[in-house]
Parts: sequence; C-alpha cells; structure tokens
Amino acid sequence: MLKTIFSRLLQAIPLLIVISFLVFGMIHLAPFDAVDAIIKPNMSPGVVHVLRERYGLDKPFLTQYVLWLENFVMGHFGHSIINQQDIGQALAERIPNTVILVLPAYATSVVIATVLGLIGGRAPQSWAGRVIDTVTAVGLATPSFWIALLLIYFLGYAANLFPLFGMGSAHQPLDVVWHMVLPYITLVVAYFPELARYVQSKTIGEYQQDYVMVQRAFGATERQILFHHVLPNVLLPIVTQIGQSLPLLVTGAMITETVFSWPGVGTYMMDASVKLDYPVILAVMLLSATLVVIGNLLADVLYTVVDPRVRR
Amino acid sequence: MRERFKMTIRQKPTYLTWLIVMAVLVLAVLLAPILPLHPNAVDVVHMSQGPSWQHWFGTDDLGRDYLARVVYGGRISLGVGFLAMLVSVILGTTIGVMAGYFGGLADTALMRLLDVFSSVPWLVLVVVLSAFLRPGLTTIIIVISAFSWMSIARLVRAETVTVKERDFVKYAQFVGMSPWYVMWHHILPMVTPIIVAAAGANIANAIMTESALSFLGMGVQDPAASWGSLLNAAQSRLQDAPYMAIIPGLFIIMTVLAFNKLGNLLRDMTSPEDNHG
Repeated sequence: MLKTIFSRLLQAIPLLIVISFLVFGMIHLAPFDAVDAIIKPNMSPGVVHVLRERYGLDKPFLTQYVLWLENFVMGHFGHSIINQQDIGQALAERIPNTVILVLPAYATSVVIATVLGLIGGRAPQSWAGRVIDTVTAVGLATPSFWIALLLIYFLGYAANLFPLFGMGSAHQPLDVVWHMVLPYITLVVAYFPELARYVQSKTIGEYQQDYVMVQRAFGATERQILFHHVLPNVLLPIVTQIGQSLPLLVTGAMITETVFSWPGVGTYMMDASVKLDYPVILAVMLLSATLVVIGNLLADVLYTVVDPRVRR
Repeated sequence: MRERFKMTIRQKPTYLTWLIVMAVLVLAVLLAPILPLHPNAVDVVHMSQGPSWQHWFGTDDLGRDYLARVVYGGRISLGVGFLAMLVSVILGTTIGVMAGYFGGLADTALMRLLDVFSSVPWLVLVVVLSAFLRPGLTTIIIVISAFSWMSIARLVRAETVTVKERDFVKYAQFVGMSPWYVMWHHILPMVTPIIVAAAGANIANAIMTESALSFLGMGVQDPAASWGSLLNAAQSRLQDAPYMAIIPGLFIIMTVLAFNKLGNLLRDMTSPEDNHG
C-alpha cells in the first residue's frame, strides 16, 4: 500500500516539472519581467542592473528556471511584483478563507447529490426521478454567477437579510458565518448538479446488475437492496470523486469569491491576472496543479481503502 | 438515420421541445440583422425602463432596447460557442486518432500532453491566457478550445484503438495504404458518430465558459456584448434594474440545456441500447 503511494508520487513528479516548465516558459515570454515592474524612473542603469542580478534575471533562462524551482520546492514562492508582498504569506492568509467557504459547501453538495442521485437512480421513470433529472439538468446549465446575482438581489437588496460583500470581521465568528450564507448557497447550487447526475447514473447502472435481481428473487426488501447492496457500490465512485475534488479547496470558488468580494485565493488570483502579477499567477497555478495530482492519488488511495477487491 | 431519429423522438418526445427551442434561438440569432432591432440605438428619453409593450425586455442605462441587446448578445455567445467547439473538435479528433492509431511512443507522448492540460484547473489557465493575449473574440475562441479538446481526444482515441483492429483497416494496411490515407478514409468515418454526439455537450460547455469569462470582464469587450458581458454590466445596476440580470441568465440556461439535450439525442441515436438522462 505505502509502496504504491510512494511510486505514484514519484510518477507525479515529472508531470509537475513539465507543467512548471511550461508555465515558467509562458511567463518568460511575457513582454516585461519582475524588475521592470519595480524600477522607478530615477534609478540609474547601474541600480537596475544590480536589481536584476539580485533577482537572478540576468542569468540564462534555464538557470533562472532551476533557481526558481529550487526556491519553490523550499517553500519560497517569491514576491508579488505589484505590492512586494510575500506570496507564501499571502496564500497562508487566503487559503483558510477559501477553505472555510468551499469545504462546507462541498460537503453539503455531496449529501444532497447522494440523496437525489439515489432517489433518481432507483426509479428514473417515476415522477420523482423525472423531477430530479430536470433539476440537475437545469442546474448544470445554470452559471454560478447568475445564481449569485439572483441571491444578491432577492435575499440581499429586496429582503435585506444577508450582507452582500466581504467576509466581515475575522474576530467575530458569527459575523463571518453571516457573510458566508450567500456565497455558500451559490457554491452548493454550483457543485451539486454534476455530482447528483454522476450518482444517479451509477445507481441506474447498479440496479441493472444481476445481483439485484437475485436479491429480489430471494425476497429481499427494497430497503435491504438499497442500503446493503446498491449504496455501498455507489459510494465507491463517490469517494473517488471526493478525492479528485481536492483542488477545489484552492481554486473551486474563483467566480463566486469574485462576485462576493470574498478575500480568498480566487480573488487573489483574479486580481493578479488582471494586473499581470506573474509570480502570483505562477505560484497559484503550480499549487493547483500539485493539488490535482495529489487529488488523483488520494482518489486512488481512498478507493483501495473502501474497496477490498482492489487491495493486494 | 432518419428511422433512428424518428424512433428516438417517439421514445422521448421531450427532445422535440428542445429541438424547437434550439431552432427558435438559432433562427432569432441568424435573422437578427433583418429584424427591427437596433442594439446600439441610444434613447435618452427611455433610460433604464422595465419591461413594457414597447420594449419587451426593457431598456438599459443608455436607453438601448434590451431585447435587441440580448438577441445580438446571443449572436456572439452562440457564435463563439460554435467556433470554439469546431476548433476543439478538430484538435481533439486529430490528437485522438493519431494517438490511437500509431500507439506506442506517439500515444504515450500525446496522452501525457493530455494529462498536463487536464492537471491545471481550466479556469485558472483560461484566466492566465486571456490576461496574456489581447482581449477579443479570437482570443476567447482560442482559449476556450485550447482547454476543451481533451475529453473528445480521449473518446476518439478509445474508439480508434478498437476500430484499427477491424478487418478492413488491416486489409488497407496490408495492401500498402499510407497511414494518413487509412486514418482519413477508414478510421475517421467510424469515429464520426462519437464526435458528433460529444459536440453537443462541447458547445454547451463552450457557451458556459465564454459567459463566465465575459462576466469576469476578460471576454467580449464593449460595445459588442455577449450574454456574459450583459450580466457583467447588470451586476453594478442590480438594485434598480434586476431584469437586466435575470433575462440573459435565462437565455444562457435555455441554450445550454438545449445543446446538452441535442447531444443526448445524438448519443441516443448512435447507441440506442444505453439511453438514460
């Protein structure tokens, strides 16, 4: 088991290196570098040259890349070229903000999706199955920012129930929760339809298996079939999905955070993209790529844990 | 083909509704220039008015007829969606057929490339790329299609791997046809049904991506407007003109649903044994 995890991690490293190389190359092609952004008009060419040397920008491309990679692996993500803020520090502040928003929303979505998917998949032709099918199909077609706008208008402006922007004061947990309500609902609506359709199609497939017919023939109740046989088999792929959604914790709410001005990684990234703050873009992109790779690994590991058949 | 179509429609009559919705949308968008609609005509007397008989969807903050804005927005949303789909289908099919047909090293290389593209969340990549390239229609189409070809490539590759074992392909190889000839004349026709069925979902996703990008201000630039950029403009005027936000959203939902249903219809037609959803 541990051996499998280890070898998978080793296999992931070349992939991450290729991604980082591509991203670094892309940013290298950009028309100006980090030093161009911080020099002031009154600096002499000598000072600029010293600065370039300090940031290592006078070295050849490959050397720069290796230097940057070394720093990144050591946890030095560099500084923003717009406000000189340390990127590692900024991320340490913003990642928790995103996590407290995304985690509850995703957990809720998994529960809703599992319940709806099971009901819909058990009897796809019943009225409940049809309603669930329609709801999830419409949900899939609905842009999350549109939901956000509707919530802001109806629950924010018209009913004046919830605050609209920001996350309130971090010292008052209740205030933060209050600010979380609208973005939380938005994210739940954004996450659950796809998951629900996934669970539904898995459930339909499971009910077509021979063992369900055998169970029925031996007089098992519908409840027994559902909870003892179908549910465990449907939960397996759900666990895989949960593992794969690890990157959501960092980049899963970019649009929603932007609409509600939630101070998370999403707003940080959007802001950096608008201002072409390359080091920040690079750091967030590599971070999310790393999470995708770890997430896939996590999915496989979880699968081995819950499914005795794949265990060796 | 026509028999299949009739059979599928008979089994699921709701598909007919969605075909009609799609036809109306596409017709409205195509015929927009000959309809009495003026999306850029400013009318200062009737600014920011709600829906009425004169202006069905109301007017925006410059007094422009919102119905006209929405129809012309649909031209851009649907146009970008269609072109992005076309580019990503060509890209995905080329890569998928080549990886599946040649196998070996080429297959491994192309599939690793696919892994790389799938390992970065698309929104992050799209945002980064649109920041580098100058905003505009071409950029959006490139950006969207560059990150939506992977699923098609996967499907096509899997199908190619099975098709290439068929006798007629073996025969063509035996008599010395060039690989490119075999891929074009023997493999491609066999994988086309899969591509066509996947295209519906692909165009729906492209429309969603375009609207998200334009909503974030990184897509279509003023005075041209897509449904996404209409929503962007509506965001700041939400309090006194909520209809400006509600209407384009409904159009996005309807269009995306219609294309997804079309994709399902095509899938049901090509593989009738597996039809649900």
